Amino acid sequence: MKKSSRYSLFLGCTIPARGRNYELSARKVAAQLGLELVDMDEYICCGFPIKSADLSSALILAAYNLALAKKQGLDVCTLCSSCTSALTEAVHHLDKDENAREVVNKSLAKAGLVYESPVRVRHFARILYEEIGPDAIQKHFQKDLSDLHIAIHYGCHYLKPSEIYDGFDNVENPKTLDALVSITGAKVVDYAGKKRCCGGPILPIDEKTALAVAKQKLDDIVAAGANAMCLVCPFCAVMYDSNQKGIETEFETSYNLPVLYLPQLLGIAMGFDRKELGLNMNVVKTKDLLAGYFDKE
Amino acid sequence: MPDIDLGKTDPNFMRELTKRPGGERISACLTCQTCVASCPITEVNGTFNPARIIRMTLYGLREEVLGGDFIWLCTSCYACQERCPQGVRITEFMTQLKNMAVEAGYIPSGVKAQLDLVTGQGRIYPIDDFDNKKRNKIDLPSLPTSCDVVEKIFPKEG
Ligand code: SF4
Ligand code: SF4
Repeated sequence: MKKSSRYSLFLGCTIPARGRNYELSARKVAAQLGLELVDMDEYICCGFPIKSADLSSALILAAYNLALAKKQGLDVCTLCSSCTSALTEAVHHLDKDENAREVVNKSLAKAGLVYESPVRVRHFARILYEEIGPDAIQKHFQKDLSDLHIAIHYGCHYLKPSEIYDGFDNVENPKTLDALVSITGAKVVDYAGKKRCCGGPILPIDEKTALAVAKQKLDDIVAAGANAMCLVCPFCAVMYDSNQKGIETEFETSYNLPVLYLPQLLGIAMGFDRKELGLNMNVVKTKDLLAGYFDKE
Repeated sequence: MPDIDLGKTDPNFMRELTKRPGGERISACLTCQTCVASCPITEVNGTFNPARIIRMTLYGLREEVLGGDFIWLCTSCYACQERCPQGVRITEFMTQLKNMAVEAGYIPSGVKAQLDLVTGQGRIYPIDDFDNKKRNKIDLPSLPTSCDVVEKIFPKEG
């Protein structure tokens, strides 16, 4: 069943700077499951942040990173959903457009690299789901997380545009993260705006509108009775975790809703401690929520 | 978003757009409003309306569209594109509009800052030795600090 358990890890810009809790927990969970994540050497931005300004430069950036993975001879594993979509889209574009490939390779030649098909890119959560599978992951668990009522946020680019993702999940009725969360024993709470965007991409354009979009989801989640949120993208975490206080201030409301990355949740079930999972770095404190799962410090 | 003024139309605008990937099918739009009902921005700001942006483009309102702040409110979430019954690639169309706006000299400062960072130093948040020390302390491996390769793939003009 297992095709390969070694991957080239593409961290992107945001995770090493603002998502070290995500990175830490993903590395721990990967090691526990026997996935070897090999850091991609000298990688640069995936191109996503400059797509709106300059699509052709964005494509060159993506192709450069893909060419690095090709040189390593490994499939790419991403943690950020925006990186996932930028790199996957580039693969699709370059594989069907010979012209684009030529243009890109002219630039890459200056760095001694070449984009060549095939390069496969998948999000960490998708690899967990497809390559290991919920049942096999569950065998590694020591704790039952049934006190948790989790609202899952898929975010946009983990699933969309669907045409680049080989139908691994369903945009209108997604299931993969539901499956990975429910094996921990946590209750998955459905809520009204489950498919809504986090608003993150327009934070540098219009902060108030971005925060208003994020607020809608926090309102829906709290109304549905969840006591925590689970997600798989550092941009989404910036909106719901780092900016939760700002949203509370701006709109005179209060949530106090802890936001966990998927591998943090899986890691708690596996028996890792707080520090190993970077839980001390989550902005909304998780101590009360998780008090039952850790020894008193 | 401004009222539509048919006095200032430019038929080349739509023709240019339909040549760009993502813009091909905009004239197939039936104004069914499915995109509008799916849009997370319209939900919080009723003046933002993707179907209306398509209409304005079809009418050839180049300056109003490219010079307007509203195109930058699109988050590229693909909610609209996934659901359009006419196969209009709305999200990609919006991205093309933003690219054309930049080519015409309209670029919001936040977008400009990101573009300069990425094409100039390779990453939005570069990593230095100090960052690596902090990483090692919490049991994370050091990451390469150099992104010099951007100078090779994006040579400075002039
Ligand atoms: S969903 Fe498609 S056809 Fe309907 S208004 Fe939007 S772009 Fe036009
Ligand atoms: S891609 Fe843009 S226009 Fe379409 S639904 Fe999302 S924010 Fe609205």
